[in-house]
Amino acid sequence: MREGTMVEAGTKVSSAIRGSGDAMVRMDGVHKWYGQFHVLKDINLTVAKGERIVVCGPSGSGKSTMIRCINRLEEHQSGHIVVDGVELTNDLKRIEEVRREVGMVFQHFNLFPHLTVLENLALAPVWVRQTPRKEAEESAMKYLERVRIPEQAKKYPGQLSGGQQQRVAIARALCMNPKVMLFDEPTSALDPEMIKEVLDVMVELAHSGMTMLVVTHEMGFAKTVANRVIFMDRGEIIEENEPGEFFTHPRSERTKLFLSQILAH
Amino acid sequence: MAVERVAERAPARPPVWNDPRFRAIFFQALVLALVIGVGAYLVNNTLTNMEKRGIASGFGFLGTTAGFSISTTLVPYTEESTYGRAFLVGLANTLLVSVIGVFFATILGFIVGIARLSRNWLVAKLAAVYIETLRNIPLLLQIFFWYFAVLRNLPSPRQSFILFDIFYLNIRGLNTPAPVFEEGFGWVLLSAVVAVAAAVSIVRWARRRREETGRPFHTVYTSLAILFGLPTLATLLAGSPLHWEYAVLEGFNFQGGMVMSPELVALVFSLSTYTASFIGEIVRAGIMAVNRGQTEAAYAVGLSPGLTLRLVVIPQALRVIIPPLTSQYLNLTKNSSLASAIAYPDLVLVFAGTVLNQTGQAVEIIAITMAVYLTISLLISMFMNWYNRKMALVER
Amino acid sequence: MNDRAQTYLPGTHPDLPPPPSMVGVYGWLRANLFSSPVNVILTLLAAYIIYLAFPPLIQWVFINADWQGDTREACRREGACWVFVKVWLRQFMYGRYPSTEIWRINTAYAILALGMIPMFIPRVRGKAWIAAFLLFGYPVVAYYLFYGSAFGQVVVETPLWGGLFLTLVIASVGIVGSLPIGIVLALGRRSRLPIIQSVSIAFIEIWRGVPLITVLFMASVMFPLFMPEGLTIDRLARALVGVMLFSAAYMAEVVRGGLQAIPKGQYEAAQALGLNYGKMMALIILPQALKLVIPGIVNTFIGLFKDTTLVLIIGLMDFLGTIQSAGTNPQWLGFAIEGYVFSALVFWVFCFGMSRYSQHLERKLRTTH
Repeated sequence: MREGTMVEAGTKVSSAIRGSGDAMVRMDGVHKWYGQFHVLKDINLTVAKGERIVVCGPSGSGKSTMIRCINRLEEHQSGHIVVDGVELTNDLKRIEEVRREVGMVFQHFNLFPHLTVLENLALAPVWVRQTPRKEAEESAMKYLERVRIPEQAKKYPGQLSGGQQQRVAIARALCMNPKVMLFDEPTSALDPEMIKEVLDVMVELAHSGMTMLVVTHEMGFAKTVANRVIFMDRGEIIEENEPGEFFTHPRSERTKLFLSQILAH
Repeated sequence: MAVERVAERAPARPPVWNDPRFRAIFFQALVLALVIGVGAYLVNNTLTNMEKRGIASGFGFLGTTAGFSISTTLVPYTEESTYGRAFLVGLANTLLVSVIGVFFATILGFIVGIARLSRNWLVAKLAAVYIETLRNIPLLLQIFFWYFAVLRNLPSPRQSFILFDIFYLNIRGLNTPAPVFEEGFGWVLLSAVVAVAAAVSIVRWARRRREETGRPFHTVYTSLAILFGLPTLATLLAGSPLHWEYAVLEGFNFQGGMVMSPELVALVFSLSTYTASFIGEIVRAGIMAVNRGQTEAAYAVGLSPGLTLRLVVIPQALRVIIPPLTSQYLNLTKNSSLASAIAYPDLVLVFAGTVLNQTGQAVEIIAITMAVYLTISLLISMFMNWYNRKMALVER
Repeated sequence: MNDRAQTYLPGTHPDLPPPPSMVGVYGWLRANLFSSPVNVILTLLAAYIIYLAFPPLIQWVFINADWQGDTREACRREGACWVFVKVWLRQFMYGRYPSTEIWRINTAYAILALGMIPMFIPRVRGKAWIAAFLLFGYPVVAYYLFYGSAFGQVVVETPLWGGLFLTLVIASVGIVGSLPIGIVLALGRRSRLPIIQSVSIAFIEIWRGVPLITVLFMASVMFPLFMPEGLTIDRLARALVGVMLFSAAYMAEVVRGGLQAIPKGQYEAAQALGLNYGKMMALIILPQALKLVIPGIVNTFIGLFKDTTLVLIIGLMDFLGTIQSAGTNPQWLGFAIEGYVFSALVFWVFCFGMSRYSQHLERKLRTTH
């Protein structure tokens, strides 16, 4: 139904995209440049509802840029990106509509340091969804319980450990009831002993049926929860496969090399 | 037993000059003696010198008749007034320049600072040129330029530059309309107070309703409408008790209206443009100090650019901006003392200049003048400490 | 796009040039000037301001200006009269310093320049020795050159000193003299001994809380009263003492910033080696802290250099003072603007150059730390 209304609203959605009713995210021939540098080359990717995708690849391969295009933190120069039936264009209204439905977790948490944990969580529901504050805070507490830190609600982000901060960041994104969650290297800024507490929360989230796109080098996580693993290099999707095949029978030489480096230790 | 053993092992008492406690007392006593000694020496010299030259001492002169006139006075003052009164006139003039200067410097500074960060190349470069030009030229030179080269070269009142048909700029200064209050203006004032109160309570009410029900309310438009509408309505109902008296050219000069002296115009203009260049840099640094990730995170949860600025960027930037901003206000106040170079009767010119020359009581007068500025500095730094404590981010 | 129609095997996609709307003059204009309707309006507004301000300025400064001649009659008054600056240039630079002796000032400048050049070349060794000479040896040399009396030179009394020369003397003496006082005050402020700490804090905060002009007034009217009977000090010396005390307070805060930036481990390591307070400060802490605060010192110098203009209020003929007096010369009434623009340019070149240099130092420090 939603797509129908969008088409009426004048969206240029290609017939191929309109056909796939259950696609949550659809990237079609996406290219992006930073100045002269070609960062994303002909990216085609469809994420079905409830699908969990892990994106990996060497640093500078464009994996972060790709998922940042999905909520338009980065602008693409050609191709189409459609999120839940809404195509991303320069129209700010539409971008905000997409961002409401897409949650994001950053490598460096990016919690708002001047607000308490609870205020961090309630900010967007109150100001964007126009939820009454009391209600927003109640649901925020539920999410804090879900990430197992309800007792930190009144503290400021600066008083929490990295792992706790990242779990707050996940809860903050969940407070908006997103349809898709994007994770941009959520564990790479964490001390080793804190990685597990964050991954546990993410695994739980995966089991609840959330559509997830995760950029990470945590191959254990990929093996347990991913439906598909995508390997990127030099701005291209080199290989995508279900995790069993991906790890045991990588098809391309670059994937083999990458896996050998990352699994060596 | 144990006590004995410890006593056995205790090291021999060090020679007293190697004992840190002794050293601490010794050095402090030395410094204290030095300070007191030098102070006493200077005071002694001063007293002898003053006696020799027949200079009075004490603060009795403050009650003596001043006998000179001052061009700009906010406080009632005549030639028969006392030196104490002259001091107040000077202080009021200093504060007048500082307050107007701070007002314009803040507005201009924020505009320049934000323009400096504009994504528009031309605007950003223009702001950079403004900042780099003004802050690298001495303030006194800028005051001289605007006063001697520009304002003193303006035409006579007959050939004034006219702005919006109500402001006249000429060699005698800036003529502006003056408000004239008639009977019934009290009602207008009252309505203005009511309007402010109403606007404040509407903002509060709207915030509470938002918190409770989530429904937004256009507080900005509503409160603007109340703030302007109510007094306008009251003015009309009370039969327009306020009108403006415009400056009118009669003969060779303007009659009516208010006039700001060229000294005041030059001083306010150069103080605010000069300080704005520093404020611009402070604002820029403050905004840049807010991590890009903060904006991205706000966007990612669906906040619009406007809300992101209001809820995430500005509250964080202000923490960085306010402390150096207040010290720029302090600098502006201190720099207003350059008034004396173009004969605007500020505290330094009136008190440390004319009064000192007439009475010769240098010590008392310089001390009072310095004490005034010190008090202002102290008040501002107390505010700064209070603000910093209140705003400090809680960290582990 | 044509390229998109073409498909490549995974991993073989070539780097393509960005679309033409992103690159070149057009792409640059679009991104930086005309990215949105608001931006278009801003660009037009800025262009209008530039159009209003710059062409008339260039007309006045260059095209309609008069450069030739040496009397006021040579100026047609359509643009700037640079003849005024030309005629008075020697006054602006040296004040009333006797023209036969000006070589002495120039020699001192040359020695300074020779000393400074190696400081800017990264490869030169022994910079510390050169710096030590510039800080301690050079002032003595300069004093004898400027004032005279050694080697049978004519004495040039300080009332004859003036112009940019005097401005430089005041600013440099102020900064060089305030450095040691500032270091002592900074150490005092960080001392754990309460009396030493409070004396330092009081001294620093008093000078920082009052405007320089009151300090100069104090120097000119109160210092004579402070002196024992029969001893008078010259007007320049009084101003110098005032400027030095004033800038020492600011210097102290700059040095304190540097001391605070030294990690606690350095103090602990120095104490662990058995160094006492004096040796720890002189050998370990201060060398590091002072290096950190060089940019701050340069910034203080810029501020002081600009503030030096205030000495004209107590009657010293500094750079701005000579310009002011030339502008009120009956022969040359009405050329004040040219004088102000010229001095503004000189001040700007000095201050802008130094601030760029200090920014460069800050960047260098940030990368090496």
